[in-house]
Amino acid sequence: MNSLFTKIEPLLFAVEKPARYVGGEMGAQYPSHDPGVVSWLLAYPDTYEIGLPNQGLQILYEILNENPRALAERTYAPWTDMETAMRAEGIPLFSVENHVAARDFDLIAFNLSAELTFTNVLNMLDLGGIPIRTADRGASDTIVLVGGHCTYNPEPMADFVDAVVLGDGEEVVTEITDAVGDWLAIPEDQRTRRDLHRALARVDGVYVPSLYAPVFEGIRQVGLEILDPAAPAVVEKRTVADLGEWPYPKSQLVPLTEVVHDRLNVEVFRGCTRGCRFCQAGMITRPVRERPAAQVADMVANGLERTGYDEVALTSLSTADFSGIEEIVSGIVSDPRNDGRVSVSLPSLRVDAFTVSTAASIGSVRRTGLTFAPEGGTWRMRRVINKLITDDDLFAAVDAAFSQGWRRVKLYFLIGLPTEEDADVLGIARLGARCVEIGKRYHQNVTVTASVGGFVPKAQTPFQWHGQDSKEELERKVAMLRQEARLTRGLQIRWHEPAATVAEGILSRGDRRMGAVIESVWRQGGVFQEWSEHFDLERFTTALDEAGLDLDALTTRTRDEGEVLPWDHLSAGLHPDFLWGEYQDAIAEVGIEDCRWTPCYDCGACTTFGIEHVVASNQPPAGGSQGTGQGLDLSPTPVALSTRPA
Amino acid sequence: MTVQRLPERLRVRYTKTGRIRYTSQRDNARAWERALRRARLPIAYSEGFNPRPLLAFSLALPTGCESGAEYTDLRFAIPGERSIGPVVSPEATADDALAVGSLLDALLPDGLTVVTAAPIGEDRTSLQEQVTSCSWIVEVTGMTETELVERVATLLDADSVPIERERKGRRVTDDLRPSIQSLDVEGGGSSPGTFRLNAELATKPRGVRPAELLRGISPNLRLVRANRRAQWIDSDGMRLEPLTHDGRLLGAAAPMAAESGR
Repeated sequence: MNSLFTKIEPLLFAVEKPARYVGGEMGAQYPSHDPGVVSWLLAYPDTYEIGLPNQGLQILYEILNENPRALAERTYAPWTDMETAMRAEGIPLFSVENHVAARDFDLIAFNLSAELTFTNVLNMLDLGGIPIRTADRGASDTIVLVGGHCTYNPEPMADFVDAVVLGDGEEVVTEITDAVGDWLAIPEDQRTRRDLHRALARVDGVYVPSLYAPVFEGIRQVGLEILDPAAPAVVEKRTVADLGEWPYPKSQLVPLTEVVHDRLNVEVFRGCTRGCRFCQAGMITRPVRERPAAQVADMVANGLERTGYDEVALTSLSTADFSGIEEIVSGIVSDPRNDGRVSVSLPSLRVDAFTVSTAASIGSVRRTGLTFAPEGGTWRMRRVINKLITDDDLFAAVDAAFSQGWRRVKLYFLIGLPTEEDADVLGIARLGARCVEIGKRYHQNVTVTASVGGFVPKAQTPFQWHGQDSKEELERKVAMLRQEARLTRGLQIRWHEPAATVAEGILSRGDRRMGAVIESVWRQGGVFQEWSEHFDLERFTTALDEAGLDLDALTTRTRDEGEVLPWDHLSAGLHPDFLWGEYQDAIAEVGIEDCRWTPCYDCGACTTFGIEHVVASNQPPAGGSQGTGQGLDLSPTPVALSTRPA
Repeated sequence: MTVQRLPERLRVRYTKTGRIRYTSQRDNARAWERALRRARLPIAYSEGFNPRPLLAFSLALPTGCESGAEYTDLRFAIPGERSIGPVVSPEATADDALAVGSLLDALLPDGLTVVTAAPIGEDRTSLQEQVTSCSWIVEVTGMTETELVERVATLLDADSVPIERERKGRRVTDDLRPSIQSLDVEGGGSSPGTFRLNAELATKPRGVRPAELLRGISPNLRLVRANRRAQWIDSDGMRLEPLTHDGRLLGAAAPMAAESGR
């Protein structure tokens, strides 16, 4: 085990935020690299500050280090100043704990959470001295894995990875360790990469792209050839049935330097069945699996005691839906050991007054701003996307927020959604203006910020067929919205760069031919593409031209029902006819209820895997129309500010 | 170690060594806040919109530098009803202060090590304002020893040593010379081609960081290591430490004395 630290150290005075590269977090492990132990380098293809808090990576870090047959260290994308210095000194990508070179690990496993980080994966491999293309790797080269939400269409990255892991990683990492360990035990001159690929393909939930060959005709993929009997026709995702069996991370990493989400994070449930049709996370992580409330309370108490944090986030895709959320929250706030100094944050607040009152009860330490995500500017639009919040729900929530002392409210919206008309876009400004009006009843100065992102259709969602808006169309809509918003003092519009939305769209639904595009963007210097100061769409359009591919065919083209999609052989359990039916219902403006509290409509997530929702209460949570089993009538919403309605 | 009684105000002397030196002063403050919460010590908070724990550090240590002499003043809250930990007591002794110091030492991250702690009185000037100069050992590379000795002599002979630096986003030219109280080349450093400088740098009119001192000596010099050996308070021509290794507060600069003098 060779530490590169003495070579790295001289660079650290000259780079920004050197703490990114030295490890030393509370909870960090410094495993000894013994022969026969499968060594994993868990990698996040973005900066340390963004990557360190990633819970998925931290969970696997602990599980692997508990396994006597495995060890795990971590690495993150070095910022450009450090990369330049490393390349100049011939220092390869290294782990932050023992400062071991990436190529000295048996595996490097990347968490893919965002398409625009794909080029960073290539850069990190290259910086690590690992051949970027799988075809160029031999029997002794590091094995490259990817996991995370972007793997539900991994085809753009297929040329660069040995294997793709679909779904929850808790169980499968042990199986992969065994498969890789067995292969590594074979003498180097007697083992082949192909053997490894076959062994990995036999692990449930693992997709090995090299064993499949897509067939193309013109702009479309028309088929998929299976090249090896070890490769299943469809790879199904892995799902952990009971979150209660996996109380990880047990020792959340506490970094020495500031990172995003720098607080204790406790995952309270996984999966969401609200059924928002644009939301990939809500589709691919079904069913809902709640952590037992007592375990949540323990993880919070132990975590605060161990880390010294003064903030805990209860994380999930919609935390206010957790059965017994009030008891958990009030338990934390009133715990005398916390001395009134611990604040609780609930990411992904539902839009109703009830959740605001919950937020108010916990916001005693800091009260900066409150964020809601109505996503669509009109009730019609929200029926299309199945985000069933009425205008009145939103106004009641905003009223509650302003009346309880908040002065800033932030609203998240998407533009470019299916069937969108200009009236829907202008509806964003109208909703915003009404919210400002409500705020002025309570305060002289209020700010309502409408943050607008361009919609990118994602694989394994009802909108996977839908053509996204062009850059020009998104720009037109943003300009129109800004114009309208100027009429209201106190209403601010923030928007995501339409060019970046287009690049994300290229990668989100691209096929295997995108590999050449990603490589070209990287070779043109395109790293850290999710950072606006580094992003340039022109690199992508140049790369598409070089590859003879058409931007519009990839992004704005609506796919046919029967068309082969590049991810058809990968499954999150969802029946294709469920997804298509949802797409048709969307266009017809028909909503669907949350199956936690209403009968099953057989999306496939439970039935495919023989599992079920794990929820402590079969009663929908109190609140506006969104909370009460999504009654679609437009009757006035009851607003309860301090007590939960019976 | 259990802490029974807390002095209301306490000064802690600690060192910062090893990898944690790559963290910033702000990161350092956050590490202290976490350790105080884990210790369940009732740190007092500021008033206002965004209450902050009342921790006052001496002069910020530049990121990357080690130190054998860092200080922080803590103020504990008069017990509230909800408090379940140790409480502030006027009977707290020097031993109680030491007990707080060792409790925190165990809870701080590796590399932050408590040397000693002592109760202090109330003072209107902050530790940061009281410190007048710092002693540094700076290891450099980039030229021969002879060259370095010559450059240092030239710098010391000069009436002014202008360097450009950034202040609040603007390029400004500052004269380093008045802040350099002493500077000499001690000899070879920890590895071949490195040399060790001893420097005493005043904090007024402006503080000088080791990297800036090097730029003043020669643009060819590169910083290898820097260790702040001491921080000094000038008191009627005497150099005194804010808190000695063995936990003593000395002279007129000591807050206790300062308090009684007013």
